[in-house]
Amino acid sequence: MLTTMRIVNGKVYDPANNIDGKIKEICIQNGKIVDSVPDDATVIDAQGMVIMPGGVDIHCHIAGPKVNAARKLQPEDHRHDVHPSTPLTRSGTGGTVPSTFATGYRYATLGYTTAMEAAVTPIGARHTLEEFHDTPVIDKGFYVLLGENIFLQTLLREKRMEEFDQAVAWWINATKAYTVKLVNPGGDEPWKGKRNSNVSDIDEKTDEGLSPRAIIEAFIISVNKQGFPHPPHIHCNNLGHSGNYKTTLETMKTAGDMRAHIAHIQFHSYGGELGKNPTSKAAEIVEYVDNHPNITCDVGQVMFGKSTIMTADAPLAYVLKGHSKGKWVNADTECESGCGIVPFQYQEHVYMHTLQWAIGLEIFLLSKDPWRVILSTDHPNGGSFMSYPKLIKLLMDKGFRHEEMKRVNQKALANCSLRDLDREFTLNEIAIITRAGPARALGLPAKGHLGRDADADITIYDEMDDKEMMFNTPRYVIKSGVPIIENHEFRNDLIGKLLHITPEYDKKIETVVQPFFENYYSIEFSNYAVDDSYLHDHEIITTGIAKG
Amino acid sequence: MALELKLHTEPEVPLEADCICPDKLQSLKTSAIENLTVLHGNRQVPLKAFFECRGEFDGEIMIEGDLVNVKHIASAMSYGKITISGNVGTHTGAAMRGGEIVIEGNATDWLGAEMLGGRIIVKGNAGHMVGSGYRGSTIGMQGGEIIVHGHVKNETGHVIRRGLIVVGGNTGDFTGVNMCAGTIIVLGEMGLRPGAGMKRGTIICQTKTALLPTFTRSCDYQPIFLRHYFKYLKSMGLAISDSFMRGPFERWCGDSVELNRGEILLYAGKLQ
Repeated sequence: MLTTMRIVNGKVYDPANNIDGKIKEICIQNGKIVDSVPDDATVIDAQGMVIMPGGVDIHCHIAGPKVNAARKLQPEDHRHDVHPSTPLTRSGTGGTVPSTFATGYRYATLGYTTAMEAAVTPIGARHTLEEFHDTPVIDKGFYVLLGENIFLQTLLREKRMEEFDQAVAWWINATKAYTVKLVNPGGDEPWKGKRNSNVSDIDEKTDEGLSPRAIIEAFIISVNKQGFPHPPHIHCNNLGHSGNYKTTLETMKTAGDMRAHIAHIQFHSYGGELGKNPTSKAAEIVEYVDNHPNITCDVGQVMFGKSTIMTADAPLAYVLKGHSKGKWVNADTECESGCGIVPFQYQEHVYMHTLQWAIGLEIFLLSKDPWRVILSTDHPNGGSFMSYPKLIKLLMDKGFRHEEMKRVNQKALANCSLRDLDREFTLNEIAIITRAGPARALGLPAKGHLGRDADADITIYDEMDDKEMMFNTPRYVIKSGVPIIENHEFRNDLIGKLLHITPEYDKKIETVVQPFFENYYSIEFSNYAVDDSYLHDHEIITTGIAKG
Repeated sequence: MALELKLHTEPEVPLEADCICPDKLQSLKTSAIENLTVLHGNRQVPLKAFFECRGEFDGEIMIEGDLVNVKHIASAMSYGKITISGNVGTHTGAAMRGGEIVIEGNATDWLGAEMLGGRIIVKGNAGHMVGSGYRGSTIGMQGGEIIVHGHVKNETGHVIRRGLIVVGGNTGDFTGVNMCAGTIIVLGEMGLRPGAGMKRGTIICQTKTALLPTFTRSCDYQPIFLRHYFKYLKSMGLAISDSFMRGPFERWCGDSVELNRGEILLYAGKLQ
């Protein structure tokens, strides 16, 4: 159902078009923003309301085999958080890892209309696309895990770089992915091969003769050369370890002046000595990001309460399982990746957890360029996406932030600069870190803004002093021109599109890849690539000449 | 005057009525109460589609009818009293924090699952998983009392951490399985493998039962603290003989596959 609509009297925050709280008319036709519409168009009077583009989540875990394993691991969460059906919407369950339908609806109830699943193994792509089809309202895409791919590592080791580029493009096409994801590059394979082994330095060579730096560099060069809209999405080595900020800085330096995205950078900003309590190195990390416009990052803010650690960084999950002492999952994904899932609880009184919370906030508050420091909780690793409104309030309201600081571990607070930071984000800056920034970093030209020809993904909030309440309850959510929520109630349902890319490649690469499948994979090469029947409603984002 | 609810139509599929809970009825008039939403299968319907509502809510609810297909009554209740004059369905009193539920008939599975406080009294029998944790959860009942005058089925007090469960009749298999702490008293017989995987806590039984080989006999003794429990249970209408009150009891320690700090006390005397 496509609607012609005019939204009047609302205060518009559209940072991509330099509109900062101006009363402006927004017109919608055929799912796009247009300059004008006929007089008989539906009118929404947004007097006293704030209009923003639909939210864009650049990094979350919402679909695929690992997410499903986390759902199955925590049935106790489902009973406590039932999402009932309505005449328009399907039922589901919530908790830190909501079911597919509940995920889509809950994103919509926060005003988010696009979300990117951040780690899918190639062999899990088919499952992910099927779950996407059942994740309503939001547009979505996923990043495919290629950093631990044994075949690609073999090409790298043998310096067959032309074939490496072709194989990367083939894998992106075969999985319908959006970009490449690297997780603890070089770390999973040693761990799978030797008990409790990992890499601890970016230049440490594994038994295969490759260092994490060599893997990161190769992917950054390949992806930038092929002009993917979003650069490699990198989960650096040594996540969560004291002193890991050096690895993070080195990872960013490896990119040179080429584009790279550092995922959940908060988890990679720790000083101190390995094995001892960490300290904050947020300032050093933010300084580097601020001075290098080729780098984007999302924060991965920790929010206190229940979370679920889910990661392709299998050795990390093994370490965390030792802390939580409860149930956990570990999986080996053929020749492609590892996986670990650990239910977790972030607690205010724990030094480490408070420091993580504080470092995340420091990164936001110290950053000079909000366009490249994007809001995320690495859902559900740092906390659920449902805690975004509270995070926004922490950023916008220093009084609330200082109240919250009274409840946390004071020793940890003394080891960071959060107490001294009085900055308060404006609504325009919130629109940047939740909408315009992630859309630009993803290279989505029709998302994150309200200019002509943008997708008509719009959220309208009642302007309130309590920002948590405001961002928790949008009055209207419009997706592709369809009013999904009106006056806080669901009025329509929508499947949402798959966002993916189709980089060109030479078909001859298939003859190089195929023998590897026959020797090492559990499935036939011909059954591996996902065919177009899985695409449903989709949009191909163009790849082009390298940027930056 | 108490609020009276009378089941006038038996639900064909389970009816989820977690709105029948003092916390959710607080300050509501009867006309608003009868329009509260319940889930009939996956359809949302008003409470009045199944219940006739009379009187005004003053903290007490009296329910009439065979509620065996009505689930989640008094889930998460924190105060007040509910009296059910028939049978009741699954998850009754689950996660309750305070108040009292009296069930004149039988209760089914998951009675008082993960409850935190308050008291549940069942005059008849109860089903599986009384006072237990939900599947996947490592903590079950954390406080309060469940007193069942009749028999219960399997996995009573699964992962219980605190609180008291008393069974006047027999229990099924795996009584107190994986219990973390707390107390379970069984006045009848226990089924197979009681206390399997228990870490701490106490299971007291009036009848000798075969225990797992991971339990070690510690001693025979006459614990005085038990007399206080039994005196209290007698006042609650349970039949406790004077000889059982005095003991002696065989004390078994286990489960050695876990912490080995739990105990099972089996009555070693002759009942008179």
